[in-house]
Amino acid sequence: MTSPLTPVLSDGWDADRSWTLDAYRDGGGYAGLEQALRREPADLVALVKDSGLRGRGGAGFPTGLKWSFLPPDDGGPRYLVVNADESEPGTCKDIPLMLASPHLLVEGVAITSFAIGCHHAFVYVRGEVLHVYRRLLRAVEEAYAAGLLGKDVLGSGYDLDVTVHAGAGAYICGEETALLDSLEGLRGQPRLKPPFPAVAGLYARPTVVNNVESIASVPGIVTRGADWFKGLGTERSTGHGLFSLSGHVRRPGQYEAPLGITLRELLDMAGGVREGHELKFWTPGGSSTPLFTAEHLDVPLDYESVGAAGSMLGTRALQIFDETTCVVRAVARWTEFYAHESCGKCTPCREGTYWLRAVLLRVEAGQGTQEDLDVLLDVCDNILGRAFCALGDGATSPITSSIQHFREEYEAHITGGACPFDRSRSALFEHAPREQRALTGAGAHR
Amino acid sequence: MTATTTTGPAAAGGEKRPAPSDEVTFTIDGIETTVAKGTLVIRAAEELGIQIPRFCDHPLLEPAGACRQCLVEVSAPDREGTLRPMPKPQASCTLTASPGMVVSTQATSPVADKAQHGVMELLLINHPLDCPVCDKGGECPLQNQAMSNGRPTSRLVDPKRTFPKPLAVSTQILLDRERCILCQRCTRFSAEIAGDPFIDLQKRGAAQQIGRFDEDVLGFAEPPGDAPGADVPVGAAIADESGATFSSYFSGNTIQICPVGALTSAAYRFRSRPFDLVSTPSVAEHDSSASAVRVDHRRGVVLRRLAGDDPAVNEEWITDKDRFAFHWQSAPDRLTTPLVRDLAEDGTRGALRPASWVEALELAGEGLAAAREAGGVAVLPGGRLTVEDAYAYAKLARVALGTNDVDHRARVHSDEEAEFLAATVAGSGIGVTFADLEHAPTVLLVGLEAEEEAGVPFLRLRKGAQRHGVRVFSVAPFTTRGLERMDGTLLPAAPGTEAEWLDGIADGAADGSADGTEAVAQASQALAAEGSLILVGERLASVAGGYSAVLRLAGRTGARVAWIPRRVGERAGVETGTLPNLLPGGRPAADAAARAEVAGAWGVGALPAEPGRSTAEILDALAVGQLAGVVVGGVEVSDLPDPAHARRALAQASFVVSLEVRASEVTQAADVVLPVAAPTERAGTYLGWEGRPRPFRQVLESTAMADHRVLDALAAALGAELGLPTREAVQADLARLGAWTGARVAAPDLDALEPPAVEPGTAVLASWRMLLDAGRGQDGEAFLAGTAKRPVARLSAATAASAGLADGDLVTVASDRGALTLPVAVTEMVDHVVWVPMRSPGSAVHESLGAAPGDTVRIGSAGAAAPRGDGRTANEGEQR
Repeated sequence: MTSPLTPVLSDGWDADRSWTLDAYRDGGGYAGLEQALRREPADLVALVKDSGLRGRGGAGFPTGLKWSFLPPDDGGPRYLVVNADESEPGTCKDIPLMLASPHLLVEGVAITSFAIGCHHAFVYVRGEVLHVYRRLLRAVEEAYAAGLLGKDVLGSGYDLDVTVHAGAGAYICGEETALLDSLEGLRGQPRLKPPFPAVAGLYARPTVVNNVESIASVPGIVTRGADWFKGLGTERSTGHGLFSLSGHVRRPGQYEAPLGITLRELLDMAGGVREGHELKFWTPGGSSTPLFTAEHLDVPLDYESVGAAGSMLGTRALQIFDETTCVVRAVARWTEFYAHESCGKCTPCREGTYWLRAVLLRVEAGQGTQEDLDVLLDVCDNILGRAFCALGDGATSPITSSIQHFREEYEAHITGGACPFDRSRSALFEHAPREQRALTGAGAHR
Repeated sequence: MTATTTTGPAAAGGEKRPAPSDEVTFTIDGIETTVAKGTLVIRAAEELGIQIPRFCDHPLLEPAGACRQCLVEVSAPDREGTLRPMPKPQASCTLTASPGMVVSTQATSPVADKAQHGVMELLLINHPLDCPVCDKGGECPLQNQAMSNGRPTSRLVDPKRTFPKPLAVSTQILLDRERCILCQRCTRFSAEIAGDPFIDLQKRGAAQQIGRFDEDVLGFAEPPGDAPGADVPVGAAIADESGATFSSYFSGNTIQICPVGALTSAAYRFRSRPFDLVSTPSVAEHDSSASAVRVDHRRGVVLRRLAGDDPAVNEEWITDKDRFAFHWQSAPDRLTTPLVRDLAEDGTRGALRPASWVEALELAGEGLAAAREAGGVAVLPGGRLTVEDAYAYAKLARVALGTNDVDHRARVHSDEEAEFLAATVAGSGIGVTFADLEHAPTVLLVGLEAEEEAGVPFLRLRKGAQRHGVRVFSVAPFTTRGLERMDGTLLPAAPGTEAEWLDGIADGAADGSADGTEAVAQASQALAAEGSLILVGERLASVAGGYSAVLRLAGRTGARVAWIPRRVGERAGVETGTLPNLLPGGRPAADAAARAEVAGAWGVGALPAEPGRSTAEILDALAVGQLAGVVVGGVEVSDLPDPAHARRALAQASFVVSLEVRASEVTQAADVVLPVAAPTERAGTYLGWEGRPRPFRQVLESTAMADHRVLDALAAALGAELGLPTREAVQADLARLGAWTGARVAAPDLDALEPPAVEPGTAVLASWRMLLDAGRGQDGEAFLAGTAKRPVARLSAATAASAGLADGDLVTVASDRGALTLPVAVTEMVDHVVWVPMRSPGSAVHESLGAAPGDTVRIGSAGAAAPRGDGRTANEGEQR
């Protein structure tokens, strides 16, 4: 049996100085743009629609359909904004992609912009990844110099400017409307919808916001066709995707495979769970997706199957945890993340994550009560679907799913008065845990 | 049961029922309702009497959807028409009703009820349980809705978030971040309504807070309170969003709309409990808008004022002056008994002593009768009167004193203005309204700085500019912060040249190709649009030909004219005849038929036919003995164009009767002083600039008498009967007069005057009154005074340079009469002009210079730069 891997996006990553224009062109880069510029923009939208490409940022909204929501051209500007603010715990696909193959993104941006009639595209990249920001800046510079961007792209008469913008480090700016506010120089908090970005997005103009991986998938669809793309994956989850394995796994990294592959197959390629250990729980798509356990090893990793199994495909960020890991501790860390990153706009997320964090830290330290578990579940219920945007929903996923699967472990913390796990065992390196932090004190003075 | 209601402005009026396409029919809690398209579910529910709890929602602010308290369960038909439940509860404050939608509130949906209880519990986990000491306790939406839609106990056992408290946003506004539930009403008000954002969200998550603009974070070097230049408050304040020191005339509204006790005022903080207060709806006395307010008092002491809800006038907003400046009514210098002046032993003027009403009225009657014979008695009622009082002064003058020498204008005025008022304002009823300000295509301001001199009309104009694209033009020497916030266009006019500019605009409208600047051409074109307005301020009286030019421009463009004076009683005076050329109801005093009509209604033989004198002429006549006596109402000598001359005139008068609330300079000149009731102690009717009657009730019990009642008694002492002892009697008397149907006074048509040349070392004086200044109506309110703008002198860069002045230097502005010294704020403005505030601490223009806007003054350096952070400077012209 041949390898299930389908390197498309990652195909050129092993080339010498893969991030340069020369290396990218040696691998056939920018052929898609040349072809696209000879086609009608509407054909390109139809092509991507036909390919079944769904948004790779987590929600899985059909990309071509999103493009077609733009109102008819009124002569004013319309924008493409690439969401490169990858910051979900566990998610690590866009950053290696942009690091190794920034031109793939630039080519995707150029094709997409041409398809939707945009003359100024923006890449909103997470500010902490300075090295990626620099590679993107350099790639855009190279592309301008080579006539791939700027005035009269490749002699086609089409003009396109690309601005790479570095965010200032807020998870919420991965939410598309908060990203647009941030890009406009405002405080990054989600906007009221409607109007949706397709109608009034960046600077209140029609705007398409797409994930890096979605845009980077476009050149391949243009050169190889929609049928090729549909040949990969499942009927409703077509194409290839990057699967990011991390945690207690022998060979962590990016595995590019058709959607619908299972964790069992991916683990086989990754050399399995850490030597001498067994799978305890995992996230299918980052920390905001409900946890899976070993019983979900054979769930096909496509939107429908993962959804049917009670979670979400998300960003295919597969964090693997073996039996040495305290689930309460893992969930408490994630919850601290959400409490820290909640933008504060709406009550459920702002106050709810504060409360969840406080309770979880207490439970983790062995100072919880049985009632705390009911409070955790009820607070999650009061956040889920009540918050302004999906951040609050995501914050509840690890808590509700972990209590569902590992309630007895939570209770062990409570009845035992301490965490039953030796934290040094779950470390992948020599690790002497620090003293438990004191839980007394006055709240959130961080 | 099925009830059908209709909401929304489109539905007003039976005939104008909107086409069905403008309506949406849907269901709330099983009740079918029809609303205008675009109506929010929370509003539609209100119409049905269904109260959905909410915090961030405010009907006059854009929806935010931040607090999530108003969640409801919603189903909506899909494309096939099958009703499908939405997967999540929806915020009813952001959801517009759609046809066939089915909404279930907490009353019928356990999901909505649970969601609301959940949000309420979350709002309370970090909220301090300090309600017993909180100003808001007892009238707190959070407290109330926690009782109605919350759990009885909290399940939080972990520590609460705390903040140091309070943060002083300005001398008046205090922010307690612990109590804040981050609904953003205050920040949205500041950004959307007032346009002076000063506090905003900072940080995130549970650490998110409303806060001051923090220069430490964003690298602004200028520390607050030390910023140079103009638009800076007198007292300490935080920096606003731009890094400048926060200054707002409307910040008190944020306290009122705060749904918790996070924003409080220094004046009211910890002073009372809402449930101890008695509330009376009333009308504010500080400007010609006569905004609706609510006066709260406890045991005879007014403790605070809040904005009333009057959609036709001030919506739900008032100026900080209307909100906080009420201590003047109970100031220590209140007059409580009549005073009479005895002769000293040597036969000269003696001192005032308290007297009975009987004695005081008798002496006043005798004195006035003697003066009437000796040359005549004039009446200066002042510009702050109710309709009832103004009418009594007008009638007293004609019936008891037999004169047309009556003028309420205690400010710069002109005969041209009196003609303008008689021809276009008097008896015209409600013309231009606040709603018109919001919806006019174009508004031209002349002689009117809307934010400083009007307040609430500024907010309405800004709303129009923001929401309905109203184009604002202003004929003024520079672009004020207020004009900027209305996205307005400046027509840069030196004082005295306004009439020329207006004629220029009129010519542009006539031939379609205006000479001069681009802005004039734009204004010409824009004013021709139907429904355009010209708003005229009282300051135009200082410009010869100004009012005439306004009428010429209105005639050419078809724009309607509204006169927006500063004081609350100006329009009432025009309507009731406290002008020399006007009798009540807009009747020309020079018209024999009008006089006969009034005389008939009043049951007197004849009214005086001799033309009356204006304020300036009355003072001149008193000074030279042509007039012997004067009855003075609420006139502040310092407000008059030439206070020194006015003092001389009052001193020369053989007999002065003063009707006042508080002791004033007129008291010192008076022979008999008759105390009158402050606005809270009597009922009455103000007349707003629109011509809209603004009746108000008596707030406090008092034995003090309103002016009209005192005047009725005074007339009796003079042997005349006014028949105005009660408010009802005044209104009946007014009603008997009815409207004037005869000819009106001809409109003035004076040519614009060529302004004098400006010599080196001199400049043309520009000036207007600031909303917060040295006016006596703001006495006793130190916290409010701290939010007034620091007085500066504005000069263009070229004018400053020619006088050897730089930003921050002290400039002396001088006339032959005196001088005043202020720090320079170099401003982009018309050259050869110096602007100073008209009556602010350290800048009393009339008092120090004896000059009025348009006059030429000398400018020169007064030495080194002023020490920063101290707006007050040595002032050789300081009065009193």
